[in-house]
Amino acid sequence: MSKPLVFKPINLARWIIWSSFAILLILAPMMFNTGGSLSLLSQMGTLMIFGLSYNMLLGQGGMLSFGHAVYSGLGAFFSIHAMNLMTAGSMTFPVSMIPLIGGIAGMFFGVLFGYVTTKKSGTTFSMITLGMVELVFACSLMFPSFFGGEGGISTNRVIGSSFLGITYGPQIQVYYLIAFWLFISTIGMYAFTQTPLGRIVNAVRDNPERVEFIGYDTQWVRYLTLILSAFFAGIAGGLSAINFEIVTAENVSAIRSGAVLLFTFIGGVGFFFGPMIGAILGVFLTVMLSDLTKAWQLYLGVFFILIVMYAPGGIASIIMMNLRVAKFGMFKRVWPSMWKLVLAATVTTVGVILAVEMLYQRTLEATQSAVIEMFGVSIDTASSSWWLMTIIVIALGIVACAKLKGGFAQHWGDVNTEIEEQMRRAQA
Amino acid sequence: MEFTLITLLNGVSYGLLLFMLSSGLTLIFSMMGVLNFAHASFYMLGAYFAYAISIKIGFWPALVFAPLLVGLLGAMVERYGLRSVHKYGHIPELLFTFGLSYVIVELVQLIWGRSTVPYPIPASLDGPLFTLYTTTFPIYRGFMMLVALVMLVSIYLLLTRTRIGLVIQAALTHPDTVEALGHNVPRVFMLVFGGGCALAGLAGVVGGNAFVTEPGMASTLGSIIFVVVVVGGMGSLAGAFVASLLIGVLQTFAVALDYSFVTMFAKLGMAITANAAGYSLLSLTIAQVAPILPYLLLVLILIFRPRGLLGTREG
Amino acid sequence: MTGFSLELKDVRKSFGSAEIIRGASLQVPKGERFAIIGPNGAGKSTLFNLISGRFPITSGDILLNGESITTLKPYEINRRGLSRSFQITNIFHRLSVYENLRCAVLWSLGYKYSFWDRLNGLKDAHERAEAVLEQIGLRRRRNITAGLLTYAEQRALEIGITIAGGADVILLDEPTAGMSRSESDAAVELIRKVTVGKSLLMVEHDMSVVFGLADKIAVVVYGEVIACDTPANIRNNQKVKDAYLGGHAPVEVE
Repeated sequence: MSKPLVFKPINLARWIIWSSFAILLILAPMMFNTGGSLSLLSQMGTLMIFGLSYNMLLGQGGMLSFGHAVYSGLGAFFSIHAMNLMTAGSMTFPVSMIPLIGGIAGMFFGVLFGYVTTKKSGTTFSMITLGMVELVFACSLMFPSFFGGEGGISTNRVIGSSFLGITYGPQIQVYYLIAFWLFISTIGMYAFTQTPLGRIVNAVRDNPERVEFIGYDTQWVRYLTLILSAFFAGIAGGLSAINFEIVTAENVSAIRSGAVLLFTFIGGVGFFFGPMIGAILGVFLTVMLSDLTKAWQLYLGVFFILIVMYAPGGIASIIMMNLRVAKFGMFKRVWPSMWKLVLAATVTTVGVILAVEMLYQRTLEATQSAVIEMFGVSIDTASSSWWLMTIIVIALGIVACAKLKGGFAQHWGDVNTEIEEQMRRAQA
Repeated sequence: MEFTLITLLNGVSYGLLLFMLSSGLTLIFSMMGVLNFAHASFYMLGAYFAYAISIKIGFWPALVFAPLLVGLLGAMVERYGLRSVHKYGHIPELLFTFGLSYVIVELVQLIWGRSTVPYPIPASLDGPLFTLYTTTFPIYRGFMMLVALVMLVSIYLLLTRTRIGLVIQAALTHPDTVEALGHNVPRVFMLVFGGGCALAGLAGVVGGNAFVTEPGMASTLGSIIFVVVVVGGMGSLAGAFVASLLIGVLQTFAVALDYSFVTMFAKLGMAITANAAGYSLLSLTIAQVAPILPYLLLVLILIFRPRGLLGTREG
Repeated sequence: MTGFSLELKDVRKSFGSAEIIRGASLQVPKGERFAIIGPNGAGKSTLFNLISGRFPITSGDILLNGESITTLKPYEINRRGLSRSFQITNIFHRLSVYENLRCAVLWSLGYKYSFWDRLNGLKDAHERAEAVLEQIGLRRRRNITAGLLTYAEQRALEIGITIAGGADVILLDEPTAGMSRSESDAAVELIRKVTVGKSLLMVEHDMSVVFGLADKIAVVVYGEVIACDTPANIRNNQKVKDAYLGGHAPVEVE
């Protein structure tokens, strides 16, 4: 990744971008107005805040945490208990500001746990965060009054009398609440990147030893960043409590932490907006893909590995790199080898999907019929001819990919080297 | 008395199992700087492969072939997967193994299903080794300890007495120098990674039927071996050994103890009723608290002795 | 107050059973430029690491402006006015050249861990970074990602980061390593310019750089300072000649 992380726009561009973002948020429900889409949009919004907060650690600070769900989950628990207190009448507080309670709870635990976890950096830090989340998760089963045991804690988000007609009963109102918090959280987290601490944590990511020699205690830098990140994670947790009206031990689990890591990385950690792409994709994959196939987790895992191996900058980097190539007018040089490789990869993917689905049908659904429907075609998983065909398709695909990969890598590498040369010379 | 002794032996056997796993992890980490997140998944593969082999052929062939298979798989993963990620740095390497752990669990479920598989202890090793009053110590546990100790001694001898062992030791701290001296360091890395995975596989072969063989076995053990490695001191084999035994014994004892603060106070003549404040906390038995003990130990070590029990310098 | 910027008193350092630094003593007066030379493996970089707090010493004392710094962490030493560069270029490779320098000035200007100040609105940080940018001659490379610079440019940036914070004791570890003749000459000019009025301690192998810059030369052999004198006297010092030319070859200690 050679793109500097400093975003230096002309003021006009900045206004345009943020206004477009706001307009998009406002208009989204009207553009996607089928029944389930409002729920999807709400989930995406929450996951975006969570992912952006996670990227403060990973993308900006180089801190790989396996336990970020601790902060969002505890924020969610505090929020849901607050809402229950409000319903019981022991507390008056506007529902709209519940995410703030989540944020403060998250921040509190950031102060508490962050002190221990940031004592070390690098790989050790990652392992400690894993130990931390397992600790909290194990504790959740020991304190059922707070964590609700197996069933979790539920609530009703419609509390008290309506304010200006807002009860948060209908999903659309919840969506706009999430959109509001998403907008101000994004502004907050973006503003962080433009502060001294935000820049120094970038330096810590690049070269922690050097940072000590410009006067900064790197542990303190990481600790403060973690506290701020936990604050925003708590906001996401509070919104999740409002949206789902239930919080369980799963909210503080290593599984959920792993999920945000997965989706943020797939989205792209090197760009500010990367986690937002990751969130959109993440909700799609978990909600929609899981309806289509039982093997969705396998596909997700393999997709993640491919991103790590071939595009570690994530989807955001794929988009931006291609845009950069186009901007320099060199796209037609990579296009010929690119579309062939994409085609070969698609063929291989179709073959693999076919094989996996057939295997799933054979082993896990053995009691059901042997025939599955895929892409509108009936496939008899018991027949060996289908198996043979699938294996041939996969083999052909792999061979084609292997042959085309070299050519594409060559063209892509040449083009990018030239672009970097041009950039280098442009300033001279 | 017999309770203490038997529980201690059980704890030691569990601790040795943990050491089989964490030693491979430590070796891989020390040499390649890669934290193999999928290490416990290779443990799981060892158990499943052993299951598949033992129901077709027998346990003893499984003991030999399953670890070899797992090691081979590990070597291929290193050669074709990990190696190409190496140039991106440590975080992508860690993420690669993270994704791998995910995928391995899914593949295992795909092939063998989501429920526990009946991986049996072989008849020749079933039964009590010795009996103390009413408590028995099973032969199989003794066998596990034997395997672990043999493995331990073999690794020690391999690393210190053979040529390849010396090369590995050198490459542990100075891979570039070793390569400059003409050794094929990438091949050494592949061997070490494969070897570490084979050790995990071996642990799976002996652990899978002693404990349980099911898709969740990787995640439960996975986090604990990370704790072992950090508590022992990153990169220290001796530290991993001490930490494994410590955590193994600690957890085994804790699970067996049904005391809580309430029972303790009751012994002292003070009754705490269910209405008392903090009852839910005080009535927690040690057995209920057992799962978090390793993690508590992790937190304490990090606060009071951040470099681990036998760690050298700050990681 | 002893009046020395930096003082080493019988510093010893052992790594396990190997004693690398065996009683090094040195006094650097304020405003003078010292060069440290010596055969490979003599312990020059180790000395630097001891002074800057990267490793703890085994015994002895190190004084910065009269204050002992042996128990301090690197950032504490830096805040007391000592800054160092590294032999292997240590820059923030994903930030632009300008950002690298701006980071280097933030602490000394008092912004510390602020997450409420708007970076782009900090005029003094901006001006100071621009000033250093001008001094090191990288103005035309201002917005280039640091990782894309040429080797010599990265070394110049390395020096820039070292001096940007305004420290008055500067440690430079082989600043001209790997440079061509012309690049070295440019680097010497740069170092001379930016260390006016500061105390400089420099490890160097290139003798023309040493003789061109240094007020005094300290010769380190086997972890001891065997001579510390003006360049002319060092040239004629018998012990130095023995160490470099005669006697037995130095054993690789590191």
